[in-house]
Amino acid sequence: MSEFIGDWHALVVLLVAGFLPNEVWRMLGLWLGGGLDEGSEILVWVRAVATAILAGVIAQILVLPPGALASVPGPLRYGAVAVGLVVFIVARRSILLGVLAGEATMLIGKWALG
Amino acid sequence: MSDGFTQFTGLMALPALDSPIWQSPAAAFRQGLRAVATTILTAVLFATYLGIGALAHDTHFSLGWVLASTFFVWAGPAQIILISTLGSGATVAQAAIAVTVSAIRLFPMVVAVLPMMRTPTTKKRHLILPAHFIAVTLWVECFRLFPMVPRERRIPFTLGLGCGLVSVCLVANVVGFQLAANLPQSLGAAILLLTPLAFLLSTARNCRELADVVALGLGLALFPLVSLLHTGVDILISGVSAGTIAYGVHLWRKRR
Repeated sequence: MSEFIGDWHALVVLLVAGFLPNEVWRMLGLWLGGGLDEGSEILVWVRAVATAILAGVIAQILVLPPGALASVPGPLRYGAVAVGLVVFIVARRSILLGVLAGEATMLIGKWALG
Repeated sequence: MSDGFTQFTGLMALPALDSPIWQSPAAAFRQGLRAVATTILTAVLFATYLGIGALAHDTHFSLGWVLASTFFVWAGPAQIILISTLGSGATVAQAAIAVTVSAIRLFPMVVAVLPMMRTPTTKKRHLILPAHFIAVTLWVECFRLFPMVPRERRIPFTLGLGCGLVSVCLVANVVGFQLAANLPQSLGAAILLLTPLAFLLSTARNCRELADVVALGLGLALFPLVSLLHTGVDILISGVSAGTIAYGVHLWRKRR
């Protein structure tokens, strides 16, 4: 069991830095939600910041890659994602085709580099 | 994709609004569970959570911990920020701040979705669990499916949908964690690449206005620059700056 969960300290960190920061916004939305218009300006800003933070997370994984992804050279990581994005756009916003193209680019590139 | 999408949803159409199936809450819950199979977003979630499982393995978190994070946090970006910031040596406070700011986006989602499942007899406590399940996927699916669900059955329907999606993601976590532990390095890297690819493309798909595109593009471009400062809250700084500039673009276009 201890190997499955890890130490209790890690679970406390999950509660403090993971569960509570998310749940607080959901519950605020539940308690205060009635009075806000979905199209209000503050929510437009919130949505833009949320999108940009998500973009930052994507960039972080690509620029400072974790684990096995670090074995793939930087230009190949960026190139694979760029190919995925181009195929996504060309294939009329198909997430499936974009993801497959990006993955194929990385695997073929890695194989070609040896 | 959009053609396949409508065909796919057409195959698993929900019962008519006046169908007797909707008379029991349990049946509405089951319809919600079944709806999990009708959306391409389930596949995107599966890929994302496969990546999160692999990421947790490669940053030395336990399988139980990542499963608990999916169950309790239930927000992919927050889980990735949490795992990658803690994994790169940030303090708990720095991780908590970055996750809190990233989670602000849940607020407008909850504000938008909950009124659609409220009836005159609904108590706030009935909405706590549905609110917990709200994240980007459920938000999109509620807008798509609620017109086909009688209002008084939307809460059990949402609970079914939420439970189904969480279950899919828990399975994906286990598979991703085990694959990262056992696959050769290049295939492990391919699984880790699923997360940024799936996030980038599903976010790009949700872009409706120029401001959304600016927020996404500028957010991608600013992070590498800000990360040179090593502040520990780099994601926060680049995200708030890029998002605010994108909001400025929105204001500027509105004024013209």
